[in-house]
Amino acid sequence: MRWEWIGDNLGRIIDLTWAHINLSWPAILASFLLALPVGWVAHRYRAAREVLVIATGLLYVIPSLALFVVMPLIIGTSILSPVNVIVAMTLYGLALQVRSSADAFGTVPEDVRQAAVATGYPAWRRVLSVELPLAGPALLSGIRVVSASTISLVSVGALIGVSSLGTLFTEGFQRSFPTQIMVGLLGTVVLAVLFDAALVLLGRLLLPWARRVG
Amino acid sequence: MNQFAAAWQYILDPANRALILERTADHLFYTVLAVGFALLIAVPIGLWVGHTRRAADAVLAVSGALRALPSLGLLTWLTVELSFGVRMPVIPATIVLVILAVPPLLAGIVAGMVSVSPRVVDSARAAGFNERQILTRVELPLAAPVMVGGLRSCVVQVLATATVVAYIGLSGLGRYLIDGLALRDYPQMLAGALLVTALALVVDLVLAAVQRTLRPRGRAS
Amino acid sequence: MKIRLTTVTATTALLGLALTACSSTSDDPLATDSTGTAAADEDTIVIGTANFPESEIIGQVWAAALEDAGFDVEVSSAIGSREVYLRALEEGSIDIVPEYTGNLAQFYEADLAAGASSDDVFAALEGVLPEGITAGEYAEGESKDSYRVTRELADEHDLSTLADLNNLDQVRVAGNPELAERPYGPPGLTDVYGVDAAKITMVPISDGGGPLTVAALTEGTAEVANIYTTSPSLDSEGNEVDLVTLEDPEGMILPQNVLPLMRAGDVPQDAIDVITGVNGHITTDALVAMNLRNIGEEKAEPPVIARDFVDEHA
Repeated sequence: MRWEWIGDNLGRIIDLTWAHINLSWPAILASFLLALPVGWVAHRYRAAREVLVIATGLLYVIPSLALFVVMPLIIGTSILSPVNVIVAMTLYGLALQVRSSADAFGTVPEDVRQAAVATGYPAWRRVLSVELPLAGPALLSGIRVVSASTISLVSVGALIGVSSLGTLFTEGFQRSFPTQIMVGLLGTVVLAVLFDAALVLLGRLLLPWARRVG
Repeated sequence: MNQFAAAWQYILDPANRALILERTADHLFYTVLAVGFALLIAVPIGLWVGHTRRAADAVLAVSGALRALPSLGLLTWLTVELSFGVRMPVIPATIVLVILAVPPLLAGIVAGMVSVSPRVVDSARAAGFNERQILTRVELPLAAPVMVGGLRSCVVQVLATATVVAYIGLSGLGRYLIDGLALRDYPQMLAGALLVTALALVVDLVLAAVQRTLRPRGRAS
Repeated sequence: MKIRLTTVTATTALLGLALTACSSTSDDPLATDSTGTAAADEDTIVIGTANFPESEIIGQVWAAALEDAGFDVEVSSAIGSREVYLRALEEGSIDIVPEYTGNLAQFYEADLAAGASSDDVFAALEGVLPEGITAGEYAEGESKDSYRVTRELADEHDLSTLADLNNLDQVRVAGNPELAERPYGPPGLTDVYGVDAAKITMVPISDGGGPLTVAALTEGTAEVANIYTTSPSLDSEGNEVDLVTLEDPEGMILPQNVLPLMRAGDVPQDAIDVITGVNGHITTDALVAMNLRNIGEEKAEPPVIARDFVDEHA
């Protein structure tokens, strides 16, 4: 393990890390937002839930490499575009988060929901001000899993020429240079931990009551 | 979407059949090998944690963290770091797949054990069962469906990820992806993706059926 | 509670914006592209490189030379195999890519007999390039595909030329997956040298002639491997492995001089002149030396190797 290699190449490592971050957060955010309405519908209507759970399970099995390569065919982007990776990651994130969202809305105590109905909350306001905050903690743990999974999968994009920390894996492999690969691995893990910490912090800020109860 | 049609043709073409079957067999071999080792590791730990209810959070947290490790990175690192990695790529491949397989398996085993009501365990203890008997005759049968659920999710994940071992020169359905990628041969890549997805579905359905048969009969709500 | 929610959401949104802003600026003109910062400056020259180390080194050499001459340069690294980066070139995502005369001419199906000379190949190439793509002058340095076997196997079966591969019972060829489709790949072995096609199978290995490919030979998973002439044959510990290069008397593998492939009109003539100038120093020996620095014990990075090369020949 050649530690001095890190110092010599810090500029490039940081560039690749930024690239990795910018491929990850749009997908995580999009998965979260898109999974909310879908998960809510899945929770409310049993039939929809069955279909959605199966569809999302299917999506998760498609190998990420295949999805990246097929993207230009489906959405007409350029062959080198990072958008291919971001859209694919959003789909995977959705696959995970729809399930979590549906379960999260299920954790809202029925009597609280009924009380909101009884007090005269209009439907959309009930969902936004009552159900959503109460589903918060479960939604958060769902998105934390999505975050870890996304950051890990983004590295596969290196195989199609989209720069990220994963590029260190392929280059290190071709040159038989374990230090380079290890730096990529550590970087990815550190990123995952940072993102997770940020999400937990966000949760504490937005859902202060959850801490008091738990 | 004539690429999909071309992919379909590729799969049905009798000239490709032998290779498809061979690679499917190899793919299943890597999966079974990894899941086998994962069971050896996860079952003792999971049963102990689940039965004694100690350290559950710590164990699950560590295994959850393992899930975030990028498999391509681990795979390439092990292959170039281990002196025999390049000569016998099946070893780094199996290690990586096992690391991927243990978390969902462990989570399933622990979740299953924890779902057994402590009151049931206590009544069994009161009735004179010793610890081993409680484990085998009470906890396991009740926890079985959830544990097999963990196994299901584990096997499907390993199966899907085993595509990446083609990168270090191994066989399996991932070959269609990596080789097709080099030439941007969409039909070949799509064929590979379709085959892996189909295989995963079949295996998942089989395990789902197993899960259903394990549901204990005559269970009060 | 409501006020707090809005404040926090606003702060998060601002943070998100800040993140994007921070990452867009990159002071280093040689920083790898494809970070989502789409349209580079019209005047920026984008050099794309293929998925093997030598391509990256040559691309970085040109980038260093152009930078010294005052141009704005970006390098889009490790795009993929020929099919992929040519498409990127045609699309306009990259402006220049390092290529090799013979393989490129064959890719565009130029009519070339085995045994052609460097000039023949270049002339044929100019005739088959698609609309909008031009080639610059070629360098003296060549990097040819070559088929290598272990010394033990060569001695045991008396292998010295490619035709001798017929002496073996099975011929497993290790190389990049795309080799299977190339005219100098397994099909060429049969067509030009009469090696029995039934004996030949492809063992695809994705490391561009690197240690994994070399290991296939030493471990016996393949009889012959395709390794570029300028790649050192090193094993995974970095030791030189004794391999014999099989001779190609029929010239099945054409001359492979390095040359820049460009989008016509997108690269200013001054820039082309700079590249032609630095290409004058790219000899086969120079390529071998640079590759060794990258893959051998030193593990130097392409930008550093390129900078040293350009400075040396300034």
